[in-house]
Amino acid sequence: MAPHTEQLTRPAVRLKALTRSFDGRTVLDGVDLEIPAGQFVALLGHSGSGKSTLLRAVAGLDHEVEGSGELIAPERVSVVFQDSRLLPWTRVLDNVLLGTDGKEAAAKGRAALAEVGLAGRERSWPGELSGGEAQRAALARSLVREPELLLADEPFGALDALTRIRMHGLLRELWERHRPSVLLVTHDVNEAIVLADRVLVLEKGRIGLDLTIDRPHPRSSGDPRLGEYRERLLAALGVTEDLK
Amino acid sequence: MATTTTTTSTAPAPTAAPPGAPDARRRRRSLSPGRRLPASRLIGPALLLVLWASASAAGRLDPGAVPAPWTVLETAGRLWTDGTLPTDVLTSLRRAAAGFAIGLTAGVVLALVSGLSRVGEALIDGSVQLNRAIPTLGLIPLFILWLGIGETFKIAIIAIVVYIPIYLNTHAALSGIDHRFVELAEVQGLSRLRFVRQIVIPGALPGFFVGLRLGVTGSWLGLVVLEQINATSGLGYLMFQAQNYGQSDVILVGLLVYGVFGLVSDSAVRLIERRVLSWRRTLSS
Repeated sequence: MAPHTEQLTRPAVRLKALTRSFDGRTVLDGVDLEIPAGQFVALLGHSGSGKSTLLRAVAGLDHEVEGSGELIAPERVSVVFQDSRLLPWTRVLDNVLLGTDGKEAAAKGRAALAEVGLAGRERSWPGELSGGEAQRAALARSLVREPELLLADEPFGALDALTRIRMHGLLRELWERHRPSVLLVTHDVNEAIVLADRVLVLEKGRIGLDLTIDRPHPRSSGDPRLGEYRERLLAALGVTEDLK
Repeated sequence: MATTTTTTSTAPAPTAAPPGAPDARRRRRSLSPGRRLPASRLIGPALLLVLWASASAAGRLDPGAVPAPWTVLETAGRLWTDGTLPTDVLTSLRRAAAGFAIGLTAGVVLALVSGLSRVGEALIDGSVQLNRAIPTLGLIPLFILWLGIGETFKIAIIAIVVYIPIYLNTHAALSGIDHRFVELAEVQGLSRLRFVRQIVIPGALPGFFVGLRLGVTGSWLGLVVLEQINATSGLGYLMFQAQNYGQSDVILVGLLVYGVFGLVSDSAVRLIERRVLSWRRTLSS
């Protein structure tokens, strides 16, 4: 299926019968999922379908949530949130370096900023960045840690359409270069099929559809061959053709 | 409700600008107060000073009640050269500085302990709120009984006046730290120490500075009261004595010095605040 089969042998993430509930309302109802190392996965679902709950569980951020099941995730996990979540009182480079240390940390931070196109902005304050630039800095911060797994919770949701397209290219490019496993939570079907090699639909607390998208990159959302994937995903999400 | 709609059709179209005038589109009227006047803070006080001086020169003020500005300056010079004023100023400064330093330390330490641990909060926060409800100057009789009428009780009262606003504002800022940043710290694998250093403390600094400015003002307030009721030295004592002898110029000298103290210390805190919170300028500008 994907061109990098040799990297896909050991699973990076394994969920078995994962359940999570809030105040007795079951949000995840026995999710089984394996993500091979280095795979780019998108997770679709309605708002309230539990996408973020799943991501937060994998990130280990659900401290006071009831639940059971087996969860294996790699040691080095990075999270990109919908908001850039840069510390406003810390300059961009130090934001990127948050939580890392070592002698080469600063050099790595600079390299990561250069990679996302923010070279020269190391000494800026986050308040001086545009929304797109702030999100690039957040990507750089996640890269510096050399993650085995990159979790992204609607990372482009707050950006304008043009910036979003540019960020899609950047994310895919960074993935090609660093090859972390990616779990991208989104509600945007086009974003999912343009970026990911595998798209999951979360439905009623379980994985309702698991679709491998076997098209070469870079993809354009106008590609007619992607149309059938889009239709199947929309159908799984309960959106029929005449409703669009 | 449909009756009012008929009037709009008769109004001329506001966008019909002549074709030769591209800039004809009107800017909206600005509702902000506009640009600051240069040195705007000084204009009001300067005007008052001019009024005072001219009224004195014209002989419209009773010199026994309100002496002329130059009389006040002369008295200040005399008191300074004969050594009374420097001694009293030093005494007052020492009291204020000691009380302020103790209050600042106590406020910050208590706020950190109470803001960072639930046990600390349970032990400290309620007690401080209780302490706040008692007017600190009302503690003076009790403190005199406990600590005697010397320096210790004065410093203790000033410290209490200072620590309360610093504690309250710092604690509020600590507990108001954005939960999203806590989550970020967890994701980035920050240790507790680094979390406090890189997120909690910088995040609480704006609140701390609000408390600091209130504390500085409070320390002078406490000083004035303490020196006027139970002192044998200091600026307040000087003024108290002057009252007995009807020397209004000496009282004004004392007030002038207090004013300078207050202004200088407040400006100093503001300067430090601007330096430390320089990242905020990018947001407010």
